[in-house]
Amino acid sequence: MDLNYSHEELQFRDEVRAWLAGNLPSDLRDKVSSYSHLSREDLMRWHRILADKGWVAPAWPKEWGGTGWNLVQRYIFEEELGYAGAPPLIPFGLAMCAPVLLRFGTEAQKKRFLPRIYRGDDFWCQGYSEPGSGSDLASLKTKAVRNGDHYAVNGQKIWTTLAHYADWIFCLVRTDANAERRQEGISFLLMDMKSPGITVRPLILLDGAHEVNEVFFDDVKVPLENLVYEEGKGWTVAKYLLGYERMNTGRIGESKRQLAKLKEYCSSLKNDVRFRDRLSRVEVELMALEITNLRFLDRMRRTGQPPGADVSMLKIKGTEIQQALTELMMQAADPAAHDDFSVALRKKYLSMRKTTIYAGSNEIQRNIIAKMTLGL
Amino acid sequence: MNFDYNEEQQLLADSVRRFLEKDYDFETRGKIVASSDGYSPRVWATLAEMGLTGLPFPADYGGFGGGAIDLMGIMEAFGEALVVEPYLPTLMGGYIIARSPQAKSALPAVVEGKLKLAFAHSEKGARYDLSRVKTAARRSGAQWLLEGEKAAVLGAPAAGKLVVSASTPDGIRLFLADKPEVKAFATLDEMRAADIVLESVKAEPLGGDLALIEEVTDFATALVCAEAVGAMKFACDTTLEYLKTRKQFGAPIGSFQALQHRMVDMVIAQEQARSMACLACSKVDSNADARARARAVSAAKIKIADNARHISQESVQLHGGMGMSEELKVSHTFRRLTVLAGQFGDADHHLARFAAL
Repeated sequence: MDLNYSHEELQFRDEVRAWLAGNLPSDLRDKVSSYSHLSREDLMRWHRILADKGWVAPAWPKEWGGTGWNLVQRYIFEEELGYAGAPPLIPFGLAMCAPVLLRFGTEAQKKRFLPRIYRGDDFWCQGYSEPGSGSDLASLKTKAVRNGDHYAVNGQKIWTTLAHYADWIFCLVRTDANAERRQEGISFLLMDMKSPGITVRPLILLDGAHEVNEVFFDDVKVPLENLVYEEGKGWTVAKYLLGYERMNTGRIGESKRQLAKLKEYCSSLKNDVRFRDRLSRVEVELMALEITNLRFLDRMRRTGQPPGADVSMLKIKGTEIQQALTELMMQAADPAAHDDFSVALRKKYLSMRKTTIYAGSNEIQRNIIAKMTLGL
Repeated sequence: MNFDYNEEQQLLADSVRRFLEKDYDFETRGKIVASSDGYSPRVWATLAEMGLTGLPFPADYGGFGGGAIDLMGIMEAFGEALVVEPYLPTLMGGYIIARSPQAKSALPAVVEGKLKLAFAHSEKGARYDLSRVKTAARRSGAQWLLEGEKAAVLGAPAAGKLVVSASTPDGIRLFLADKPEVKAFATLDEMRAADIVLESVKAEPLGGDLALIEEVTDFATALVCAEAVGAMKFACDTTLEYLKTRKQFGAPIGSFQALQHRMVDMVIAQEQARSMACLACSKVDSNADARARARAVSAAKIKIADNARHISQESVQLHGGMGMSEELKVSHTFRRLTVLAGQFGDADHHLARFAAL
């Protein structure tokens, strides 16, 4: 047993760290660090810097621009991005649509979309949730009816993150309302957001920010060639994506950065034993999660097994830690202060409540562990 | 980076586990607990044959020169089986003797399983403060004599010799003494301990000071973390089994989501605890400086203490009334986890230590 990275892994980490120190623009780093709004241009600027370096999609096959890094290197890379305070890489194209196309897409679809995703030419969003279909995703109702060379799509998606920035949306739609199992009538469609009949309406969240939207489809014509995999097999595609190797689900690097910042920021409270103990417990939880994450990674590396329900555990603990850190941060702020930073970190606290709800609520994650790992 | 035991470690842990499954089942253990000695000389002899009593000691004295990671799998197996043999006190005493001039004369008997030890350090009222030692050592001619009282010394009833901490004009020092008459009592987790009155007890100086006491306590704390992980594993496994078999309202109670989620949280707590036990054992072995070692061990003990309480309480709760019955091993595991949570410092103690480092 050896908990330390190998010499080569440390060298790799140092290489990534040094490159980030020289290439992460300071204005972007400052925006992230001060919890400021990141514009579409901010996000895409950073995307393109990484694309130019060849590091924007490490997990892709090499022929499409992947780096050929192993699991541990990919994990280190993602943690270093978080630790450095880089803007997030929006996952909808890079880590969701692309893996689906690589696994299920036609050659034509790959050639058409992957290079544009890589370069950041297209901004993607995800059309899964509907007003009546949240955790119970398979109950979705948005309907696609085949009509000659296209589908006619009618319905509504909700909580669509950054749809107002998006050029494209991938959607789960119902193509067969009479399928025996409701999962069987679902298909995976790609739609151009400029298509006539698509309307995006903002949904303002409790922190006042515009991040998610409602997306309405009114007789939207989608060419048949935009169907991914087979009609009625969308659920298979969606499930594949859920099990897709996500190394940084726990967001260890980002939480380490937040913890360091919190320690600095709460110095006026350092003699408050109650606060100190709360902080220590979060720190210990984060130490444990980092090792748990590495243990899972090590096991995956040696067995070649996909992570399965391990990802659910990392999601539960990782998001609980992220929330606890922002809560302590808000608490550490002078209650009388209303400077930009104090206001921003209070809003950050509000905003972070979403983490235990999105990407499969933590209750759904517990269901997954109960079923897959425990056999309940 | 590698989180597996090596082949030797795995083989040894497996053979210990097999032995315990065969010869230390819950019923046998119950008889050992109820016996007058409160441990099994026959089991002890087997542990010695398997090399366990020499594992962490230098080869010069017949040992195998192992560290905390080499002991991890064994301590986990002990935790799962709720072993009550005085193994940890013997290792602690041996750890100190191995770093003393008496190593050559005293350690081989420990390695061979002929001599059991106890570390007589704690005193009433000191709680977890390692530096509070009122027991005094004074010189009388060429002799050292010990005066004072030690409290709740684990393993003392079975021990042949004691490693005793005592204050001297130069600070706290460690001594080796024959065991005086003691009156044994059973601890909450069914081990044997004793209060010890030292009245002009002759002792040999072992050297060593508070730093060594802190070192051996960190070593033992890391082992306790591993032992707790084993006990947590049993608590989780047996509770999961119960959820799958116990039926109410016409269905296994494990089909109820309220219970499923609590079971999941227990399993997550166990994984997090295991990670911290790995960290503590590897830091203890890594020759890290005392501060880094102490920080890792305290962090681990915070998590182990919190999660031991969480898992033990939930394991009883999810068993319903059966969890309260002493007929089920889970209730004895509850007792062990309750004690392990506080052994060498509870979460509050280690939170203070962690923050001070």
